[in-house]
Amino acid sequence: MAGSTITEKILARAAGKQRLYPNDVVFTKVDKVMMHDVSGPGVIKVFGEWEKKGVKLERIWDPDRVWVTEDHFVPASDRVSAENVNMLSNFTRKFGINKHFKYGLGQYGICHTLSHEEAMVLPGELYVGGDSHTNTTGAMGAFAAGLGHTDIAYVLMNGEIWFKVPETLLFKIEGNKPPHIMAKDIILQIIGDIGTDGANYKAMQFSGTAVKNLTMEERLTLTNMTTEAGAKNGIIEADETTFAYLRERTDAKYAPVVSDHDAEYSEVFTYEIEKLEPTVAKPFSPGNITAARDLQTTELDKAYIGSCTGAKLEDLREAAKILKGKKVKIRTEVLPAAQSIYMKAIKEGLITIFMEAGAVVGPPTCGACCGAHMGVLGKGEICISTTNRNFPGRMGHIESQTYLASPMVVAASALTGKITDPRDVTN
Amino acid sequence: MGRVHKYDRDNIDTDVIIPGPYLKIHDHKELAKHAMEGIDPTFPEKVSQGDFLVTGSNFGCGSSREHAPIALAQVGIKAIIAPSFARIFYRNAVDGGYLLPIEIDEQTVKKISDKDELKIELAQNRIINITKNDQYPIKPFPELIAKIVDAGGLMNYRP
Ligand code: SF4
Repeated sequence: MAGSTITEKILARAAGKQRLYPNDVVFTKVDKVMMHDVSGPGVIKVFGEWEKKGVKLERIWDPDRVWVTEDHFVPASDRVSAENVNMLSNFTRKFGINKHFKYGLGQYGICHTLSHEEAMVLPGELYVGGDSHTNTTGAMGAFAAGLGHTDIAYVLMNGEIWFKVPETLLFKIEGNKPPHIMAKDIILQIIGDIGTDGANYKAMQFSGTAVKNLTMEERLTLTNMTTEAGAKNGIIEADETTFAYLRERTDAKYAPVVSDHDAEYSEVFTYEIEKLEPTVAKPFSPGNITAARDLQTTELDKAYIGSCTGAKLEDLREAAKILKGKKVKIRTEVLPAAQSIYMKAIKEGLITIFMEAGAVVGPPTCGACCGAHMGVLGKGEICISTTNRNFPGRMGHIESQTYLASPMVVAASALTGKITDPRDVTN
Repeated sequence: MGRVHKYDRDNIDTDVIIPGPYLKIHDHKELAKHAMEGIDPTFPEKVSQGDFLVTGSNFGCGSSREHAPIALAQVGIKAIIAPSFARIFYRNAVDGGYLLPIEIDEQTVKKISDKDELKIELAQNRIINITKNDQYPIKPFPELIAKIVDAGGLMNYRP
């Protein structure tokens, strides 16, 4: 009999079963849970409805396994968002949740960035978050999946949730990474190939020599965008790179899990990284891909370097290499994904490079990534962005357009005002 | 019994069902005013209580915002009938007890027209098309999901 995948093994452990198979439906214990200023108020509303029915909710399942972020509407875009953030503070105080990353109070940032920057999730754990890109954290060797706020409320009360065990698609990325290629190009290529529903209900696991050689932050870009292929979770087995990354951030103990050598995958895809081109997803789908060089005549209004996908420290470093000593031709906005990353970028001189190039640097926030505030697009505007989604109206007006690309492509395009392959601007 | 509102395209995502700026709103009635705003701003006026939405595959892809099933249910949509759903939308619809995600095959989508009168008979796993005097099979819910649907949502379900 064939062995189990890492996803099946983590789910089985959490469900208290010897073994699980794809399509089994089970309740599993949860190790960690996250909610933010969009899902949190929904959770609080569910709690409120129970209290209206006369149920007294004085404690939650385990306040130490919960953390809360403020990221979508900070700095408060208006009174409603200010009140939402206040609601979160009251809730965390009431239930003794200490890990509340408040805007303007030390470390804070986008939820999927804090999850790795702050080592909130460890290899082998089962983690759920009230946000669709919770998949991101699967790059730490964990099972990480997004849920809605009713499910998160249920987890806060009961410490468990149901899952249907997914089949696993295995993506083997082989070869040596060319200098102009980033993880973003790999995942855009994959989504282009399998489609935005190509992994619906499934797990996407990444392996191969190229993945082994990717840094932690680059791996996180792969898993982040598994959501755009409909995947339940994205996952990468923890290895020396993961352990080293965690050593810098935590002393916590964990038990890594890997797939059995004879695990069964429902499909295996192989990619040669040398053959990839800098890739762009055209409006209005992350699967609508083409080579950056095919779009050289596409004129742009704005370049955006931000979000959990594309504003990690290495994303900023790669963009800065291209922008150094040059001037941007279109308005360019850079928003580091967490306060700690912002500070590291200052110390490394990256922020100076961005500002001398003429870009504006903003505080960590989801902001414009989801069209909420802090730089949304107007009617007819065209943006190239390091984010993960480009559905109609995603970053602003329903008639605006977003092209998705790697931080290198976005930086190169900022310099020319047109979509540009990074090889065509470097000295 | 209810009428069909048909939007025959695949991958209708949560950004068009309820655009990002409304995510800060948690009042269900207020959200309903913006249901499907990115696809058809007149949608809330067209729908009556108990109506159905018939669409292409992968309905509800994109974000985990529970605002999407809430807004649709609040304008009156009782069930969404599609060949497939994005997973978080599907579980939000069921676990929140808002509306039914009903899976049918792609051929059946073609047989249902805008404004048809339908009735869903869950116990028989079928849809009755009253206008066309026809009936179609639906994909049964897995056992646990059927129980959650019966309970009216995950919060009321006791394992
Ligand atoms: S940065 Fe964008 S994709 Fe990431 S959590 Fe925020 S809104 Fe979602």
